[in-house]
Amino acid sequence: MTPIVSADVAVVGAGPAGLAAAVAAAESGAAVVLVDAGAQPGGQFWRHRPETVAPEQDGRGHHGWPTYLDLRARFDAARGRGRITYLPGLQVWMAQQIHPVQGDDGGFTLRTTPTAAVAALEASVGSQTVVARRLVLGPGGYDRQLPVPGWDLPGVMAAGGIQAFIKANGILPGQRFVIAGTGPFLLPVAANIAEAGGKVLAVLESSSPTAWLPHLRAAAGVPEKALEGAEYAAVFARHRVPYRTRTIVTEVLGTDHVSGVKTAKVDAGGRVRPGTERVYEDVDVVGFGWGFTPQMELPLSFGIQTRLDADGSLVGVVDERQQSSVPGLFLAGEVTGVGGATLAVLEGLAAGTAAAGGTVSPEKTAARHRRFAEAMHLAHPVPPAWQDWLAPETIVCRCEEVTARQLTDARESLGARDARTLKSFTRAGMGWCQGRVCGFAAACLGAGPGSAPTVESLSGSAKRPLAAPVGIGELAALETSDN
Amino acid sequence: MSTHSSGETWSVNTQGAVNVSFDGRPLVAVPGQNIGAALVSNGITAWRSTRKNARPRGLFCGIGVCFDCLVTVDGEANQRACLVEVQEGMEIEGSCADRGGRA
Amino acid sequence: MNSASDVLVIGAGVIGAATAYFATQQGLTVTVLDKGLPASGTSSACEGNILVSDKELGPELELTRYSLGVWHGDLAEHRRLWEFESKGGIIVASRESSLASLNRVMAAQARYGVVVEKLDPDTLRNAEPNITPDALGGARYPEDCQVQPMLVAAHLVRLATDAGARFVADTPVTGFLRSGDRITGVRTPRGDFSAGSVVNCTGTWAGELAALAGVNVPVLPRRGFVMVTEPLPPMVHHKVYAAEYIDNVGSSDAGLQASPVVEGTPSGTILIGSTRERVGFDGTVSTNALRLLAGNAVALFPFLEHVKAIRHYHGFRPYCPDHLPVIGHDERAPGLWHAAGHEGAGIGLSAGTGKLLAQALSGQAPDLDLSPFAPARFGERKENSTTHREEATA
Repeated sequence: MTPIVSADVAVVGAGPAGLAAAVAAAESGAAVVLVDAGAQPGGQFWRHRPETVAPEQDGRGHHGWPTYLDLRARFDAARGRGRITYLPGLQVWMAQQIHPVQGDDGGFTLRTTPTAAVAALEASVGSQTVVARRLVLGPGGYDRQLPVPGWDLPGVMAAGGIQAFIKANGILPGQRFVIAGTGPFLLPVAANIAEAGGKVLAVLESSSPTAWLPHLRAAAGVPEKALEGAEYAAVFARHRVPYRTRTIVTEVLGTDHVSGVKTAKVDAGGRVRPGTERVYEDVDVVGFGWGFTPQMELPLSFGIQTRLDADGSLVGVVDERQQSSVPGLFLAGEVTGVGGATLAVLEGLAAGTAAAGGTVSPEKTAARHRRFAEAMHLAHPVPPAWQDWLAPETIVCRCEEVTARQLTDARESLGARDARTLKSFTRAGMGWCQGRVCGFAAACLGAGPGSAPTVESLSGSAKRPLAAPVGIGELAALETSDN
Repeated sequence: MSTHSSGETWSVNTQGAVNVSFDGRPLVAVPGQNIGAALVSNGITAWRSTRKNARPRGLFCGIGVCFDCLVTVDGEANQRACLVEVQEGMEIEGSCADRGGRA
Repeated sequence: MNSASDVLVIGAGVIGAATAYFATQQGLTVTVLDKGLPASGTSSACEGNILVSDKELGPELELTRYSLGVWHGDLAEHRRLWEFESKGGIIVASRESSLASLNRVMAAQARYGVVVEKLDPDTLRNAEPNITPDALGGARYPEDCQVQPMLVAAHLVRLATDAGARFVADTPVTGFLRSGDRITGVRTPRGDFSAGSVVNCTGTWAGELAALAGVNVPVLPRRGFVMVTEPLPPMVHHKVYAAEYIDNVGSSDAGLQASPVVEGTPSGTILIGSTRERVGFDGTVSTNALRLLAGNAVALFPFLEHVKAIRHYHGFRPYCPDHLPVIGHDERAPGLWHAAGHEGAGIGLSAGTGKLLAQALSGQAPDLDLSPFAPARFGERKENSTTHREEATA
């Protein structure tokens, strides 16, 4: 039988949101359990080399490292006092609400499974079941992807994947890079590569600097972001990194590995401007990022109220205490709207405090960061014409190898119009990743050229009754207290 | 110290190298690296081929989301190379967990 | 008022799609309405089985065998559209008592004309090398096959519309139109649709629709979970299930029942069923159901213990208390026809149901006697129906 760990507050995720939530809940007097898929705290944003081999790290290449060190010290202290039970290396495969019985307000159950089932790993504790009265979900997000011809070649990576590689391993995944997509996140990725000794041939941003003009007020509200921007500008100048706007990768070249990219200029709608094509040769890594997709499967499994955020992402609706439409369920970080680490920490602190029964006062700083994030999203949209970049044979679903042609045929001749129906008819999103990578693109293709997906379509693709793969042997050994 | 400044680049202390094998051939990895990094830094950028079109795959998302980088580790099939840290003596198998025989 | 058609099919699941397809083939003008899109109900939440092996002797087996002929006959030219696969079924007995019952069932089925081959432990292991060492023997049914059910429904609707039928999505029926006692059409938020015959193909929701017409068709949801594994090289070659499965299919117990059904798919995943429970339309994930599915599957194929599940889904089988579908004209409400309540066999039975109903709708004697499936077996009509006099809308 799976061991059961009980607490007042369970927190999922040890990135900026989850770490802050766990610390705040513990400091408010709650007994906390923190479950995280990673082997050590930090999440993706503060991912760092294993502390077992690199006990002291200077935070190079990181932003907000002092914030991490502060949260980490408080986290370690709370663990030392027995206020936080830390369960690393575990993924939650199912989260459920416990139905309230008389004199008890229910609560939540988390069922977990090891992230990696490798006997040699000392971190591989067995599966645990977590039971708590309140739940804070801070599962973060991952790079949003738009398929283009050749994006399934080895050497093409998510922009965030390149950064994670550098932060976790201290080395580069190649020598000559092109970084493309949209959004401010492309800048730190390119800066990390350049600072680590890689050659960044170009950063290609589909949007334009003039897209910023209507949003300058919101940007001015967060001066530290301007400072970050200036740091990147300095890094780019020092390493001679070309930053090209209104430019996209139209094709990744190569047979069994990336060898180059074709690029082109686009207009404000994302339509390729003929005659602007250019080829970059001798490229061995291409990084793509089109903003982020919040990890919504756990929040959605509770049937929470959702909305479309300014970037077109499906996110959870929360009140000022970060509570979702399900009482006792709190959300923090990207699942309430992609807004970066500073905002995620503020939301995590509020969620953790509220979940522990403490008082949360409205946060002016958080509001400023939300306005800034919205301005960023509006200035860096997914180009409406992106579907035109696809060739009929372009793979959209990498797992099941479903092409753009198969998806458009299913829309045009079989009447599919959302991600769920497309999945039924083509298997797009039915493979290993369960639509995490292609879900947004498939939802766009269901909506049709130039159209953005609806809440319903994105929900259909993001609902994953198993939030992580789980061993059938483990399922067979489940206890059945809930039925 | 794990990472230190050396001119314009970072370098990583490679003391205490970890010996692993990939499809039976010996590889030297850096302590603390994940399997994906160990393979890439040994020049191996693809280690799986897809079920339908037999296309090569390696790292993509880098954070455990996409499952493109699956490897067999010590006989345990379908582990994400980007998430598993190398350990001394680890036997890593690539090729095609989806197509070939499974232990 | 939308233009009138000979046949108005309500529901674009696999049954409605087949009915529309064959009615169009008969030269009838057809309109199909669905509250959503094709294959958005039970047709999209099942395993796509076309099974002979699990049928009790009697009318359902007759319909199954007729339907099989339609899959291999009328519909054969389209088989690639929906990934038709003649994989064959195997029933496995792991206890002496279940082996004895299996042998009895097999003998009776063979007398009925079902193709079945007895498997001793060695031939069983040849056919399924990864089967449990506990298996004492089994039976192979080469006629059992499988399709991708969502593609069946979607393509049959498309083929019907290519041949002149009209499909209207997102159009729930809110009431019936009548002229005297006769049903003459339906009312929807998109206006009224009139037709010579209205066919209720709404699967698990058929009882609710029938109630709008004032007739009792006791179709109830019977929930089932299916678990899907990671993609693997071929490890399970047939649809393999345990002898107890047949008892559960035929039972009416409301509580949770589970019996192992394991099959490989062309995409490499293995589907693991099955559970049956009557809990209404409750979609809450049942840990108990998952545990039983997993445990039973491991008992049948021990290697599955070390395989991962990557998703699961559930659907609601349209279940009738007497385990027979409701097919044919409803004399309690003239003009209204039903084709629903096929429980877990709807995909397999759809082809035959559609063809037979189309024959009856066009005034021919159907190839197979439909009287065992007659809607009137559920008794008199009830009052308080939601109907609209045709004159009120003219």
